[in-house]
Amino acid sequence: MTNPLPPQFYNQLQELQSLDFVLSELTLYLDTHPTDTQAIAQFEQFLQRKESIERQFEQIFGPLTSYSQQMTQTAWQWIESPWPWQM
Amino acid sequence: MWIYEKKLQYPVKVSKCDPQMAKYLIEQYGGADGELAAALRYLNQRYTIPDKIIALLTDIGTEELAHLEMIATMIYKLTKDATPEQLRVAGLGEHYANHGVSLFYENAAGNPFTATYIQSKGDPITDLYEDIAAEEKARATYQWLINLTDDVDLKDSLSFLRQREIIHAIRFREAVEILKDYQEEKKIF
Repeated sequence: MTNPLPPQFYNQLQELQSLDFVLSELTLYLDTHPTDTQAIAQFEQFLQRKESIERQFEQIFGPLTSYSQQMTQTAWQWIESPWPWQM
Repeated sequence: MWIYEKKLQYPVKVSKCDPQMAKYLIEQYGGADGELAAALRYLNQRYTIPDKIIALLTDIGTEELAHLEMIATMIYKLTKDATPEQLRVAGLGEHYANHGVSLFYENAAGNPFTATYIQSKGDPITDLYEDIAAEEKARATYQWLINLTDDVDLKDSLSFLRQREIIHAIRFREAVEILKDYQEEKKIF
Protein backbone atom coordinates (compact mmCIF):
# COMPACT_ATOMS: atom_id res chain seq x y z
CA MET A 1 0.00 0.00 0.00
CA THR A 2 1.40 3.34 -1.04
CA ASN A 3 -1.28 5.52 0.57
CA PRO A 4 -1.54 5.14 4.35
CA LEU A 5 -5.08 4.43 5.50
CA PRO A 6 -6.81 7.07 7.66
CA PRO A 7 -7.42 6.35 11.39
CA GLN A 8 -11.17 6.38 10.58
CA PHE A 9 -10.62 3.27 8.45
CA TYR A 10 -9.18 1.31 11.38
CA ASN A 11 -11.83 2.58 13.84
CA GLN A 12 -14.73 1.63 11.59
CA LEU A 13 -13.15 -1.67 10.62
CA GLN A 14 -12.67 -2.54 14.27
CA GLU A 15 -16.32 -1.71 15.02
CA LEU A 16 -17.31 -4.05 12.21
CA GLN A 17 -14.96 -6.75 13.50
CA SER A 18 -16.53 -6.41 16.98
CA LEU A 19 -20.03 -6.90 15.56
CA ASP A 20 -18.81 -9.83 13.45
CA PHE A 21 -17.31 -11.33 16.57
CA VAL A 22 -20.63 -11.22 18.44
CA LEU A 23 -22.34 -12.83 15.45
CA SER A 24 -19.79 -15.63 14.99
CA GLU A 25 -19.78 -16.30 18.73
CA LEU A 26 -23.61 -16.49 18.77
CA THR A 27 -23.52 -18.72 15.67
CA LEU A 28 -21.32 -21.33 17.37
CA TYR A 29 -23.40 -21.09 20.55
CA LEU A 30 -26.65 -21.57 18.62
CA ASP A 31 -25.17 -24.54 16.76
CA THR A 32 -25.21 -26.42 20.09
CA HIS A 33 -28.14 -24.50 21.73
CA PRO A 34 -30.55 -24.14 18.79
CA THR A 35 -33.64 -23.55 20.96
CA ASP A 36 -32.32 -20.56 22.92
CA THR A 37 -34.78 -17.91 21.69
CA GLN A 38 -33.02 -15.12 23.58
CA ALA A 39 -29.77 -15.84 21.72
CA ILE A 40 -31.67 -15.94 18.41
CA ALA A 41 -33.16 -12.51 19.17
CA GLN A 42 -29.70 -11.20 20.04
CA PHE A 43 -28.36 -12.57 16.75
CA GLU A 44 -31.09 -10.75 14.80
CA GLN A 45 -30.42 -7.51 16.64
CA PHE A 46 -26.65 -7.62 16.01
CA LEU A 47 -27.11 -8.72 12.40
CA GLN A 48 -29.11 -5.55 11.68
CA ARG A 49 -26.43 -3.38 13.30
CA LYS A 50 -23.67 -5.15 11.41
CA GLU A 51 -25.42 -4.71 8.06
CA SER A 52 -25.90 -1.01 8.66
CA ILE A 53 -22.25 -0.43 9.73
CA GLU A 54 -21.04 -2.59 6.85
CA ARG A 55 -22.95 -0.48 4.29
CA GLN A 56 -21.47 2.72 5.74
CA PHE A 57 -17.94 1.26 5.68
CA GLU A 58 -18.23 0.03 2.10
CA GLN A 59 -19.55 3.39 0.86
CA ILE A 60 -16.39 5.11 2.10
CA PHE A 61 -13.69 2.46 1.82
CA GLY A 62 -14.85 0.12 -0.93
CA PRO A 63 -16.39 -3.34 -1.05
CA LEU A 64 -15.66 -6.07 1.50
CA THR A 65 -16.92 -8.76 -0.89
CA SER A 66 -17.00 -8.84 -4.68
CA TYR A 67 -20.82 -8.91 -4.43
CA SER A 68 -21.10 -5.69 -2.43
CA GLN A 69 -19.67 -3.27 -4.98
CA GLN A 70 -21.56 -0.14 -5.96
CA MET A 71 -22.51 -1.38 -9.41
CA THR A 72 -23.61 2.05 -10.68
CA GLN A 73 -19.94 2.77 -11.27
CA THR A 74 -18.00 1.56 -14.25
CA ALA A 75 -14.88 0.58 -12.32
CA TRP A 76 -14.30 -2.87 -10.80
CA GLN A 77 -13.64 -1.73 -7.22
CA TRP A 78 -12.85 -5.18 -5.81
CA ILE A 79 -9.20 -5.06 -6.87
CA GLU A 80 -8.64 -1.52 -5.58
CA SER A 81 -9.01 -1.54 -1.80
CA PRO A 82 -6.22 -3.04 0.35
CA TRP A 83 -6.08 -6.72 1.33
CA PRO A 84 -6.16 -7.72 5.00
CA TRP A 85 -2.41 -8.29 5.31
CA GLN A 86 -1.73 -4.89 3.74
CA MET A 87 -3.87 -2.97 6.25
CA MET B 1 -19.29 -22.65 -1.20
CA TRP B 2 -17.46 -19.86 0.56
CA ILE B 3 -17.52 -16.10 0.03
CA TYR B 4 -14.36 -14.14 0.79
CA GLU B 5 -14.55 -11.05 2.99
CA LYS B 6 -11.73 -8.55 2.68
CA LYS B 7 -11.01 -8.23 6.39
CA LEU B 8 -9.37 -10.16 9.19
CA GLN B 9 -11.46 -11.70 11.97
CA TYR B 10 -9.43 -9.68 14.50
CA PRO B 11 -6.82 -6.94 13.91
CA VAL B 12 -3.18 -8.00 13.50
CA LYS B 13 -0.58 -5.41 14.35
CA VAL B 14 3.13 -5.98 14.84
CA SER B 15 5.52 -3.50 16.47
CA LYS B 16 8.71 -4.46 14.65
CA CYS B 17 10.35 -6.61 11.99
CA ASP B 18 10.99 -9.92 13.80
CA PRO B 19 11.80 -12.88 11.51
CA GLN B 20 12.73 -15.02 14.53
CA MET B 21 9.18 -14.77 15.89
CA ALA B 22 7.82 -15.36 12.37
CA LYS B 23 9.71 -18.65 12.30
CA TYR B 24 8.00 -19.76 15.53
CA LEU B 25 4.58 -18.64 14.28
CA ILE B 26 4.90 -20.91 11.22
CA GLU B 27 4.07 -23.73 13.69
CA GLN B 28 0.47 -22.49 13.72
CA TYR B 29 0.43 -22.08 9.93
CA GLY B 30 1.50 -25.52 8.71
CA GLY B 31 2.24 -27.43 11.92
CA ALA B 32 0.47 -30.50 13.36
CA ASP B 33 -1.82 -28.47 15.64
CA GLY B 34 -1.96 -25.41 13.40
CA GLU B 35 -4.83 -23.64 11.74
CA LEU B 36 -4.52 -25.39 8.36
CA ALA B 37 -4.72 -28.79 10.07
CA ALA B 38 -7.71 -27.61 12.10
CA ALA B 39 -9.66 -26.28 9.11
CA LEU B 40 -8.98 -29.36 6.99
CA ARG B 41 -9.80 -31.73 9.86
CA TYR B 42 -13.24 -30.25 10.67
CA LEU B 43 -14.33 -29.48 7.12
CA ASN B 44 -13.48 -33.07 6.11
CA GLN B 45 -15.17 -34.75 9.08
CA ARG B 46 -18.48 -32.94 8.58
CA TYR B 47 -19.65 -35.09 5.63
CA THR B 48 -20.19 -38.16 7.82
CA ILE B 49 -20.93 -36.65 11.26
CA PRO B 50 -24.59 -36.89 12.42
CA ASP B 51 -26.75 -34.03 11.09
CA LYS B 52 -27.00 -32.21 14.43
CA ILE B 53 -23.23 -31.56 14.44
CA ILE B 54 -22.66 -30.59 10.78
CA ALA B 55 -23.28 -26.86 11.35
CA LEU B 56 -20.76 -26.74 14.20
CA LEU B 57 -18.00 -28.44 12.17
CA THR B 58 -18.74 -26.21 9.17
CA ASP B 59 -18.70 -22.99 11.21
CA ILE B 60 -15.62 -23.82 13.30
CA GLY B 61 -13.80 -25.14 10.20
CA THR B 62 -14.58 -21.87 8.43
CA GLU B 63 -13.38 -19.82 11.42
CA GLU B 64 -10.09 -21.76 11.33
CA LEU B 65 -9.54 -20.49 7.78
CA ALA B 66 -9.94 -16.96 9.15
CA HIS B 67 -7.36 -17.81 11.84
CA LEU B 68 -5.01 -19.16 9.15
CA GLU B 69 -5.25 -15.78 7.44
CA MET B 70 -4.43 -14.00 10.72
CA ILE B 71 -1.33 -16.15 11.24
CA ALA B 72 -0.28 -15.59 7.61
CA THR B 73 -0.68 -11.84 8.15
CA MET B 74 1.53 -11.98 11.26
CA ILE B 75 4.26 -13.92 9.43
CA TYR B 76 4.04 -11.64 6.41
CA LYS B 77 4.24 -8.45 8.48
CA LEU B 78 7.09 -9.75 10.66
CA THR B 79 9.25 -10.68 7.64
CA LYS B 80 8.32 -8.26 4.85
CA ASP B 81 11.14 -5.81 5.63
CA ALA B 82 13.74 -8.41 6.60
CA THR B 83 16.97 -8.76 4.61
CA PRO B 84 18.21 -12.23 3.55
CA GLU B 85 20.91 -11.83 6.22
CA GLN B 86 18.29 -11.17 8.94
CA LEU B 87 16.32 -14.20 7.74
CA ARG B 88 19.45 -16.34 7.89
CA VAL B 89 20.29 -15.20 11.43
CA ALA B 90 16.68 -15.97 12.46
CA GLY B 91 17.03 -19.54 11.20
CA LEU B 92 15.01 -18.91 8.04
CA GLY B 93 17.99 -19.30 5.68
CA GLU B 94 16.77 -22.73 4.52
CA HIS B 95 13.27 -21.36 4.06
CA TYR B 96 14.60 -18.44 2.00
CA ALA B 97 16.72 -20.79 -0.16
CA ASN B 98 13.59 -22.76 -1.11
CA HIS B 99 10.75 -20.24 -0.91
CA GLY B 100 12.23 -16.75 -0.96
CA VAL B 101 10.12 -14.54 1.27
CA SER B 102 6.88 -16.34 0.35
CA LEU B 103 4.90 -18.29 2.94
CA PHE B 104 4.82 -22.08 2.98
CA TYR B 105 2.79 -24.71 4.84
CA GLU B 106 5.43 -26.11 7.14
CA ASN B 107 6.04 -26.20 10.88
CA ALA B 108 8.50 -24.11 12.88
CA ALA B 109 11.25 -26.68 12.24
CA GLY B 110 10.65 -26.53 8.46
CA ASN B 111 8.87 -29.89 8.02
CA PRO B 112 6.23 -29.60 5.29
CA PHE B 113 2.55 -29.97 6.16
CA THR B 114 1.22 -33.51 5.88
CA ALA B 115 -2.33 -34.93 5.99
CA THR B 116 -1.02 -37.45 8.54
CA TYR B 117 -1.38 -34.65 11.13
CA ILE B 118 -5.15 -35.09 10.99
CA GLN B 119 -7.55 -37.99 11.30
CA SER B 120 -11.06 -38.94 10.34
CA LYS B 121 -12.29 -42.19 11.89
CA GLY B 122 -15.92 -42.06 10.84
CA ASP B 123 -16.87 -42.70 14.47
CA PRO B 124 -18.57 -39.48 15.61
CA ILE B 125 -17.52 -39.53 19.28
CA THR B 126 -13.95 -40.52 18.36
CA ASP B 127 -13.75 -37.69 15.81
CA LEU B 128 -15.07 -35.14 18.30
CA TYR B 129 -12.57 -36.25 20.96
CA GLU B 130 -9.81 -35.74 18.39
CA ASP B 131 -11.23 -32.27 17.74
CA ILE B 132 -11.29 -31.39 21.47
CA ALA B 133 -7.68 -32.57 21.79
CA ALA B 134 -6.71 -30.53 18.70
CA GLU B 135 -8.18 -27.38 20.23
CA GLU B 136 -6.39 -27.97 23.54
CA LYS B 137 -3.08 -28.56 21.75
CA ALA B 138 -3.54 -25.40 19.68
CA ARG B 139 -4.37 -23.44 22.85
CA ALA B 140 -1.14 -24.67 24.49
CA THR B 141 0.86 -23.77 21.36
CA TYR B 142 -0.58 -20.24 21.42
CA GLN B 143 0.48 -19.91 25.05
CA TRP B 144 4.06 -20.95 24.18
CA LEU B 145 4.07 -18.44 21.31
CA ILE B 146 2.80 -15.65 23.59
CA ASN B 147 5.64 -16.54 25.99
CA LEU B 148 8.17 -16.22 23.14
CA THR B 149 7.44 -12.57 22.26
CA ASP B 150 7.53 -9.21 24.04
CA ASP B 151 5.59 -7.49 21.24
CA VAL B 152 2.39 -6.30 22.95
CA ASP B 153 0.45 -5.93 19.68
CA LEU B 154 1.36 -9.46 18.64
CA LYS B 155 0.54 -10.80 22.11
CA ASP B 156 -2.92 -9.23 21.80
CA SER B 157 -3.73 -10.98 18.50
CA LEU B 158 -2.29 -14.28 19.76
CA SER B 159 -4.36 -14.03 22.95
CA PHE B 160 -7.50 -13.64 20.84
CA LEU B 161 -6.62 -16.83 18.95
CA ARG B 162 -5.82 -18.68 22.20
CA GLN B 163 -9.26 -17.75 23.59
CA ARG B 164 -10.99 -18.96 20.42
CA GLU B 165 -9.43 -22.40 20.93
CA ILE B 166 -11.01 -22.50 24.40
CA ILE B 167 -14.47 -21.64 23.01
CA HIS B 168 -14.14 -24.21 20.23
CA ALA B 169 -13.17 -26.92 22.75
CA ILE B 170 -16.25 -26.04 24.86
CA ARG B 171 -18.54 -26.25 21.81
CA PHE B 172 -17.04 -29.63 20.80
CA ARG B 173 -17.59 -30.93 24.35
CA GLU B 174 -21.24 -29.86 24.08
CA ALA B 175 -21.44 -31.68 20.74
CA VAL B 176 -20.24 -34.88 22.45
CA GLU B 177 -23.07 -34.53 25.02
CA ILE B 178 -25.61 -33.91 22.22
CA LEU B 179 -24.44 -37.11 20.49
CA LYS B 180 -24.56 -39.13 23.73
CA ASP B 181 -28.17 -37.99 24.38
CA TYR B 182 -29.03 -38.84 20.79
CA GLN B 183 -27.52 -42.32 21.08
CA GLU B 184 -29.40 -42.96 24.35
CA GLU B 185 -32.66 -41.86 22.69
CA LYS B 186 -32.08 -44.39 19.93
CA LYS B 187 -31.61 -47.21 22.47
CA ILE B 188 -35.07 -46.55 23.95
CA PHE B 189 -36.75 -47.46 20.65
